[in-house]
Amino acid sequence: MNRRTYEEVAVGEELPALPIPLTRTLIVATAIASRDYQDVHHDPGLAVERGSKDIFMNILTTNGLVDRYVTEWAGPAAVVKAIRIRLGVPNHPGDTMTLTGTVTAKHDEDRRVEIAVRGENGLGAHVTGTVVVRLPSKVAT
Amino acid sequence: MTAYEDFAGREIVPLREGPDPVNVPMIRHWAEAMGDRNPVHLDDDAARAAGRPGIVAPASMTQAWTMRGYAASITGSGAGPGAEELNALLEKDGYTSVVATDSEFEFHRELVVGDRVNVREVVESISPEKSTALGVGRFVTTVRTYTDQDGEVVAVQRWRLLRFRPKAPSPEKRAPKALRPRPAVNRDNAFWFEAAREHRLVVQRCSGCGTLRHPPGPCCPHCGSFEWDVAEASGRGQVYSFVVAHHPRHPAFEYPLIVAVVELDEGTRLITNLVGVEPGEVEIGMPVVLDWLDADPDLSLPVFRPQEND
Repeated sequence: MNRRTYEEVAVGEELPALPIPLTRTLIVATAIASRDYQDVHHDPGLAVERGSKDIFMNILTTNGLVDRYVTEWAGPAAVVKAIRIRLGVPNHPGDTMTLTGTVTAKHDEDRRVEIAVRGENGLGAHVTGTVVVRLPSKVAT
Repeated sequence: MTAYEDFAGREIVPLREGPDPVNVPMIRHWAEAMGDRNPVHLDDDAARAAGRPGIVAPASMTQAWTMRGYAASITGSGAGPGAEELNALLEKDGYTSVVATDSEFEFHRELVVGDRVNVREVVESISPEKSTALGVGRFVTTVRTYTDQDGEVVAVQRWRLLRFRPKAPSPEKRAPKALRPRPAVNRDNAFWFEAAREHRLVVQRCSGCGTLRHPPGPCCPHCGSFEWDVAEASGRGQVYSFVVAHHPRHPAFEYPLIVAVVELDEGTRLITNLVGVEPGEVEIGMPVVLDWLDADPDLSLPVFRPQEND
């Protein structure tokens, strides 16, 4: 894993893109790992009845994937302070969501870094949002 | 609809304790499913090396600690009296479907093993009825406050759900799909379409000089003979040329539609469709293999897919 310090991060820096294959198993496994038993996240027939074309990823998982994406880049010393997301098109099985991110702000007083994240699948933007992490300083590590 | 406005500011879930304390097995299950390999979630030493007192839970997992679990979610029980009242009102108005649209988490501290996580939920607002891509519905915005065993706030989450009436399937989707246009079958080419129905790709061959030809015709363009028989094609070939059709759309086809000229290993070319490949990935000269499209009971056609390297 990376170990990024506050000082070495610059506004405008882009995080490496992370493609996530959206298998049916991933969508079900992550729903269950987040204790979300809503049928639309595992039962295709009921998902269709409720107006969807297939099962779709739950929002807790989108939070989890965005969290993972940013902390993988930031390293284990990073502390997540905020995750603010808006969902767009659903993540259905068979698609791929590619996460991208850009550093948009730095706050010297408490070493917080804001990262704008976006997850696109074949239908468009599944998620847009901001993750805020506090990074260690060079001296401290 | 003042009934909805009345909910603003109301606590719909009184303080509820998460069923399990923060624990490593549930963190492991989460981290595995998410593909999160951050060692601070699973390894005490790594967590300490990264400035933590020990293992910490992923921040994004905060909500999971307070989920009611399988039994309560299928019976709908334990939602809280206000939540049940709101659900009943929404159901009565036909907003039977639900989808989460926003989650805005602020984390006050990281959760460590042994922490208890409690949640209470207050309605911030319920929107007037809106038309959305999913159907007509209302956005329900709440604020969830997560506290620990000492009553200290560990995280605050603004949470928005769309409660909606699912759209009836559009008439276009309900109507039976149109049939593919019928091929103009005549006495010269009927053998080719009949073979296709049996999933055999054949090529007309001149009995006089042995030259293969396609499309079928009565007379050999090479020697002029009217005598012919057929050869079975191997089903291998390559993309000679192709176009991608986007518009206008015919209801029998899926778009974007790849229309290709495939040159068979035998040397003749045919017009066909490519399947199992994105339009942007098709290249001239790409090796392809035969597949069959059973468009309807009366029509089977050869199509081609990229040859897999093995």
